[in-house]
Amino acid sequence: MVVEHPDLLAVAVRIAEMARPAEQVEAYVARGTSTSVKAYGGEVESLTQASSAGVGVRVIVDHREGFAYAGTLDEGAVLDALAEARDNAQFGEPDEFNALVEPDGTPPANLDLWPAGLEHVSTADKVAMALELERVTTSRDDRVRSVRMAMFADGRGEGAVATSTGIRAWGRAGNCHLAVQALAVSDGETQIAAGLSVGREVGDLSVDEAADDAILRATRLLGSTKPATQRITLVLEPRMTATILGLVAGMLNGGAVLKGRSPFAGRVGELIASPLLTFVDDPTDPRSLGAEIHDGEGLACRRNELVVNGVLEGFLHNGYTGRRSGTASTGSAQRGISSTPGVGAGALAVAPGVGTHAEVLGAIDHGLFVTSMAGLHSGVNPVSGDFSVGVEGLMVKGGELAEPIREATIASTLQRLLLDISAVGADLEWLPDGSGGVTLVIPDIALSGS
Amino acid sequence: MIDHDVIRQTLSTALRTGGDFAEIFVEDKVSSNALFDDGKVENLSSGRDRGAGIRVIVGETTGFAHTADLSAAGLAEAAEAAGAAARSGGGGVKEIALTRQAAPRPNEIEILPEEVAKARKVELLRRANDAARGAGGSITQVTARYGDSRRRILVANSDGLLTEDDQVRTLFTVMAVASGDTGMQTGYQSMGRTIGFELFDRYDVADLAREAAERALLKLAARPAPSGTMPVVMGPGGGGVLFHEACGHGLEADLVAKGASVFAGRVGERVADPRITLVDDGTMAEEWGALAIDDEGSLGSRNVLIQDGILTDYMWDLLRSRKEGRPRSGNGRRQSYKHLPMVRMTNTYVLAGPDDPAQIVADTPSGVYVAHLGGGQVNTATGDFVFGMTEAYLIENGEITEPIREGNLIGNGPAVLSSIDTVGHDFAMGSPGMCGKDGQGVPVGDGIPTMRVPALTIGGTA
Repeated sequence: MVVEHPDLLAVAVRIAEMARPAEQVEAYVARGTSTSVKAYGGEVESLTQASSAGVGVRVIVDHREGFAYAGTLDEGAVLDALAEARDNAQFGEPDEFNALVEPDGTPPANLDLWPAGLEHVSTADKVAMALELERVTTSRDDRVRSVRMAMFADGRGEGAVATSTGIRAWGRAGNCHLAVQALAVSDGETQIAAGLSVGREVGDLSVDEAADDAILRATRLLGSTKPATQRITLVLEPRMTATILGLVAGMLNGGAVLKGRSPFAGRVGELIASPLLTFVDDPTDPRSLGAEIHDGEGLACRRNELVVNGVLEGFLHNGYTGRRSGTASTGSAQRGISSTPGVGAGALAVAPGVGTHAEVLGAIDHGLFVTSMAGLHSGVNPVSGDFSVGVEGLMVKGGELAEPIREATIASTLQRLLLDISAVGADLEWLPDGSGGVTLVIPDIALSGS
Repeated sequence: MIDHDVIRQTLSTALRTGGDFAEIFVEDKVSSNALFDDGKVENLSSGRDRGAGIRVIVGETTGFAHTADLSAAGLAEAAEAAGAAARSGGGGVKEIALTRQAAPRPNEIEILPEEVAKARKVELLRRANDAARGAGGSITQVTARYGDSRRRILVANSDGLLTEDDQVRTLFTVMAVASGDTGMQTGYQSMGRTIGFELFDRYDVADLAREAAERALLKLAARPAPSGTMPVVMGPGGGGVLFHEACGHGLEADLVAKGASVFAGRVGERVADPRITLVDDGTMAEEWGALAIDDEGSLGSRNVLIQDGILTDYMWDLLRSRKEGRPRSGNGRRQSYKHLPMVRMTNTYVLAGPDDPAQIVADTPSGVYVAHLGGGQVNTATGDFVFGMTEAYLIENGEITEPIREGNLIGNGPAVLSSIDTVGHDFAMGSPGMCGKDGQGVPVGDGIPTMRVPALTIGGTA
């Protein structure tokens, strides 16, 4: 269903070229197809085949910005969106930094993100994988006899950006995944946990990996109890580390910084984290599922160092925030068709430190190995940095994983967490959201329980 | 929205492969948003989403396809894809007679958002900004958002149902940032109704903005939240999300059927203190989760889930009610035509109880008073939930004293429900919410009277 590159870019270019004198027009056009198969009870519970397309149009005139989108590429709707964006632009207030980006000379990375084989995988094979995932998940442990859901899903899409300022960008990408939520039951107690396997092609996926991960995560929480309130050393598994650094990256967003909503504003060059910590956003790293050639404004994505040996190196910018802060876009514009470009990280990853997961854990005499966090959207304030989330995990005793705990919270501030990091593992793990995490140790955190 | 002959044809096409049931859901949604940030109107944006989702059920399997092409040919293609996805033997031609079903609206709309000049929407934003900044010199940043949507839906199915709804929502939110010696703090307040621009004839956005600003200023002087387990008094309205998370999700029939709810198999049992009656009510006029019909064409209704502490029923969608041979409850909802419906809440609230709210606080020697909760999250299998306090105070010697900083609360749904020991005779609905489940967001409302939970864990640092 996905058509060749010139088509979609041509649609975007045609809109951009409708710009009137003294007007800037940007068109972001996207189109994609997806499949999802859910298995339950040995049968196909649902099979969804979908394709969607849309266009977002931004108009800047007299430094005023207006935006409109349409969830179709239908000729009339596209023209309506342009007219509506023009009309909306009359109501924005002039801002001298409002302007579309221009080509900045950074060459696009040579990345092949297109799963060419996915197109040739039959629906029957996708159905078979979902059914197999459920069967395997429910046949390996007496305590896991059902799932809430076992799913195969894939998505492929292409996007194009064209502007009246000379941007011409096109790219396509795709991936697929297996996801299962296993229910572990023992002595009247039920625990649920998810397992995933993600890749670009079906051949990258592993039913065993997803099933075993879900089984391990669900069963090891059986018998969990509420821990005593105490101060404790946290050991974060790689995905938890990636989650926390994702929150920090949100505070290094040029928009938050310029608008006085980041505690890190004005602190470039200062030590904001333990010298053990280095992390970068590099969407040109093909190992990341967040890899992209162009950002949401059509500039080439590039490697941006955010924190190096604990020192804040800079912020992420789109065209607007870069211009207004006196620098330039870092190629970090993020968007969908229904919104103007924001700023964000695409492939945030920690630089590996020292030691395997087992070695890092082995050095902890008494701690908490955190395997899930809940309430991130309500418990983390990206402006103040206040941090309070629910946790589940396993206690660590004498360097070994011990009994499971639940119904507890940890609290601190993100600023404090960064400075207090005492160990960074070398066990870099790439995660489904495109980020990369390692095992991290942070001592002396308030744990609330009974 | 679409010719009835085309609908009948589409349903017939969908059933050609032998499906037991076919449904077409057509949606035409227009929305507009205006954002004020950093001292100026940043931009206005408008959107249009229009399309149809077609599902076919064969035995245990649902096939689903959607399209943005509402022509007869476009719909036929989607119907064939959905039918093929549900795959079975040949079924021949089924004739479907559609009967239009009227759906009483929870409330009328006086002023459609599309009929309001954009300049008036923008003016509200400036008014809110001025009011928030006027609340105190420490207010350093204000973000105000105006949003409206009009969502026209049509649902028809092979049982002969044909019904439509016209859903209008208007939302206004303000976030203020206050800066002081202790760093930055935020205050947020929102207002949303299933009505049009008349919302602003009734409520002044300046009041809303001042409340957001005052909440931010208050927190500048707030102490770190305590940590550990202690009594928590929930203020009226502000704590409704507790019930949404602590038990609402666990009463969704799809989760119950898969054994993923701690409330599975417990209908008829005592699950809460006898003071607790919990209702989910799609008919509640103007409240954020109100609807005339759900997204499967069932009439919105008021369903008692827990009566005087006894679990009376779960919430149902079409799929689950067909399987169990029972009536639907008006809880089958979907984010858009691109999504399959599932069991969702509407407006979920606890009825007022017998106790004096002031006395509830006076009878609490020490603990925390939560005036406002932010979002939350629940693990339905264990019942463990988490939610954030956005405005909370210490209770010392039976009095509400100092404000405390943000933090999460954590507890276990069934344990909390049965331990609630006082329920006030006041009641208020809370803020408009967006509930997420399996990647789909739908608008919901919640409400509670003042009540006390003897032991909840507060995740603070002090």
